[in-house]
Amino acid sequence: MKNILGREIPEYIEGYGKVTTFEGAFKHAGIKTKKEVKVNSVTPNDEKVLKSIEEVIDKVGITDGMTISFHHHLRNGDYVLNTVVGAIASKGIKNITVAMSSIFPNHSPLIEHIKNGVVTKIVTNYMSGPVAQEISRGILKNPVIMHTHGGRARAIESGDLHIDVAFIAAPTADTYGNINGLYGKSACGALGYAVSDAECADRVVAITDNLVPYPACPIEISQIYVDYVLKVDSIGDPGGIVSGTTQITNDPVGLKIAKMASDVMVATGLVKNEMSFQTGAGGISLAVAAQLRKYMKQHGIVGSFASGGITGYIVDMFKEGLFRSLFDVQCFDLQAVQSYVSTHKHQRMSASMYGNPDNKGAVVNNLDIVILGATEIDTNFNVNVTTGSDGAIMGGSGGHSDTAAGAKLTIIVTQLMKARLPIIKDSVTTITTPGECIDVIVTERGIAVNPKRLDIIEKLKKTNLPIMTIEELKTIAEKMTGKPKAIELSDQIIAVIEYRDGSVIDVVRKPL
Amino acid sequence: MEINKPSKAGTMESNDIYVMLMPNPKGGIEINLQSIVMKQFGEEIEKVILETLKELQVVNVIVNAQDKGALNYTIKARIETATERAE
Amino acid sequence: MKRLRRTMLFMPGNNPGMLQSAGILGADSIILDLEDAVSLTEKDSARILVREAIKNLDYSNVELVVRVNPITTEFALVDIDVIARVKPDALMIPKATEEELKTIDEMLIKIEKEEGFDAGSIKLIPIVETAYGLQNVYNIIKSCNRIVAILLGGEDLTSDLGIKRTKEGEEIFYARNQVSIACKAMKVDSIDTPFTDTNDFEGLEKDTRKAKSLGFTGKAAISPKHIDTIHSVFAPTFDEIKHAKRVLMAMEEAEKEGKGVFSLDGKMVDAPIINRAKNTVELARLLSLT
Repeated sequence: MKNILGREIPEYIEGYGKVTTFEGAFKHAGIKTKKEVKVNSVTPNDEKVLKSIEEVIDKVGITDGMTISFHHHLRNGDYVLNTVVGAIASKGIKNITVAMSSIFPNHSPLIEHIKNGVVTKIVTNYMSGPVAQEISRGILKNPVIMHTHGGRARAIESGDLHIDVAFIAAPTADTYGNINGLYGKSACGALGYAVSDAECADRVVAITDNLVPYPACPIEISQIYVDYVLKVDSIGDPGGIVSGTTQITNDPVGLKIAKMASDVMVATGLVKNEMSFQTGAGGISLAVAAQLRKYMKQHGIVGSFASGGITGYIVDMFKEGLFRSLFDVQCFDLQAVQSYVSTHKHQRMSASMYGNPDNKGAVVNNLDIVILGATEIDTNFNVNVTTGSDGAIMGGSGGHSDTAAGAKLTIIVTQLMKARLPIIKDSVTTITTPGECIDVIVTERGIAVNPKRLDIIEKLKKTNLPIMTIEELKTIAEKMTGKPKAIELSDQIIAVIEYRDGSVIDVVRKPL
Repeated sequence: MEINKPSKAGTMESNDIYVMLMPNPKGGIEINLQSIVMKQFGEEIEKVILETLKELQVVNVIVNAQDKGALNYTIKARIETATERAE
Repeated sequence: MKRLRRTMLFMPGNNPGMLQSAGILGADSIILDLEDAVSLTEKDSARILVREAIKNLDYSNVELVVRVNPITTEFALVDIDVIARVKPDALMIPKATEEELKTIDEMLIKIEKEEGFDAGSIKLIPIVETAYGLQNVYNIIKSCNRIVAILLGGEDLTSDLGIKRTKEGEEIFYARNQVSIACKAMKVDSIDTPFTDTNDFEGLEKDTRKAKSLGFTGKAAISPKHIDTIHSVFAPTFDEIKHAKRVLMAMEEAEKEGKGVFSLDGKMVDAPIINRAKNTVELARLLSLT
């Protein structure tokens, strides 16, 4: 069965279930219901602080087949997931579904648990490192379900993703379960990805290395959602927690791409007072922010907000008065954490507020411009950020599909070729974000505009920028690199890519 | 041309290919290729190496190559350089 | 109007990644370097790589120049023979003397004939970087009609003179004057020596302005990051463009009224001023600054 993007997707997938097919970015909008949440009421005499992870597992009653969830605010410094899953494995429990918002290289102990049948299903928004590589070799019993950041919140709030126990790594927690991410040796800033879990899971456990006397202040996740609290020596390694941002690229080609992207932004007329902006944490994305910063300063422009995972670079722009406020779903570095602590105008947004398409309006709906990357793009502007061109999973949407859907102007910045591999192809290995949401592709050798955006084409024609069709860009690349041989894929589906609305936009088949 | 002694050309930098040529006592052309884009371009790279060796009239050689995403013109150039150095 | 030569960017000839991106870094000309950027043991490697790059990559949007090794080295003649046959726009000749240029000219005549290229189509850009070269720059330019520009090589020149090279550049003030004037007299481009501090953009701008104020028409660069700054110095300012347009408008007015001479803002406008105005407007148009 082919969906509207031409992807071959079965009507039913073993280990996933019946497939709702993707029909368009906003085709499933309408009236939604939120799930009923079971709550174990707590009376005045109940004690929430437990003594060990084993006691936690017993008290919340984890059994075979349950779904447990974690957030990835501790990034590659996280200890909590490994500790909890390790303890669950020691108790002989099996067939667990791990719903971790993003999986990093240091989560490699999961591989053993997968091989031993402790973990048989994974739900995540992004995967990198050994776990992603091994899953791409087919070691996981069921296909991974990959969500967008907004889509995961939707799935949790609607009940599509039922969480039995949510484990919330808490940089600060009090004895009654109030949590914040601002203080403590493992401070990580905004806890955007933990909110839906806290509100909808059957049981919620706060795991902290900074247990403070009641009440903690401020309260990001309230005691009314938290069943138990466990203190451990350390929830993570600060070096790994606050190291999410890279430097602005020094590569002249990357800098050229950034300048061209900036010229595109300005030409569309969206760079003006009250504008809103989001960019990624990578080298070229930051270079685009640098260009924008220069322009905004030169022309005295003040934006309404910048959003995203927030980096120190965006914080600098905020402190310079270029944006009135920041919307932060996660802090990528220490500077962002410190800014979040110091001012109310640097506000947290939960993953739901960030990008859930099924609430009364997510922040992505208010976004003017977003700068995104790609591993592959096809001639219909469909973008892949999930798999590399060797077919293995090395990423995932994260906020890619959410921001692309909401923003008035979605720009992909990328080199035209990466180590002989052309980025633009007839068909991508995996579709993460549909072409209807992608407006402009900026590469060092040319700029392609989605043919549906006649308004942008008109505006860019008046500039000196090298505008060409996406087919022309593809031809330029292939002339230099030659045409790559297609990767051979097996029939085994190792991942199901869910769009924001829960429909299946694509699947990943195991590379041979 | 004859490959009379071992020779090398190129670097391990991105976009380049490091090639080492050696005389082949068994006769014929033997290519040992490692590439960061093996699946997508392995066949193409070997084809270019063979074509270049043919143009240079080399019939007996062992080629060890480590490719970091070199385009065809680079592969051709490095093979030619190594061949001339091996004379 | 001839092709712009505001910037000439040096790229190491033995580096495939750089050869591939050279054409899109924004410079007007790129110099694929077989000389200083290539170690002695890799001269053969670089030569073959540059030859293949020119044959296979698209450099149609820039002026393609190759800097060969000095004639006194064992590499130069092979460089010229191999590279000329793939038809770069120009060869850049280090430390060239009049005799050497004549020898190269003859080589090129032969090669152009053998390869079926238009006679004289491969140009030459000698580098003035020795005391001898500086004293003889006028003769050097006269020696061969393939010469389209002179590059002033500040580092080698000061080394030859046994003096210190500084950022402020006082020590090359005379050299700059001499080269600029000789080039203007012979109607070829004058290209200033590159600024060697990759991260000092203020210093780069000052240095470029100095060269421009002495009449240089362009500047070499050793870093792609320098290109935008150099271009902005060689671009006419908003005021210069405005003034130039007013001159041309006043000229049209005068012609309509049948006046031969006219004045603008109390100053007489004659041919040199009109020419400068025309050049400014044309340059502004080319750079889309109007």
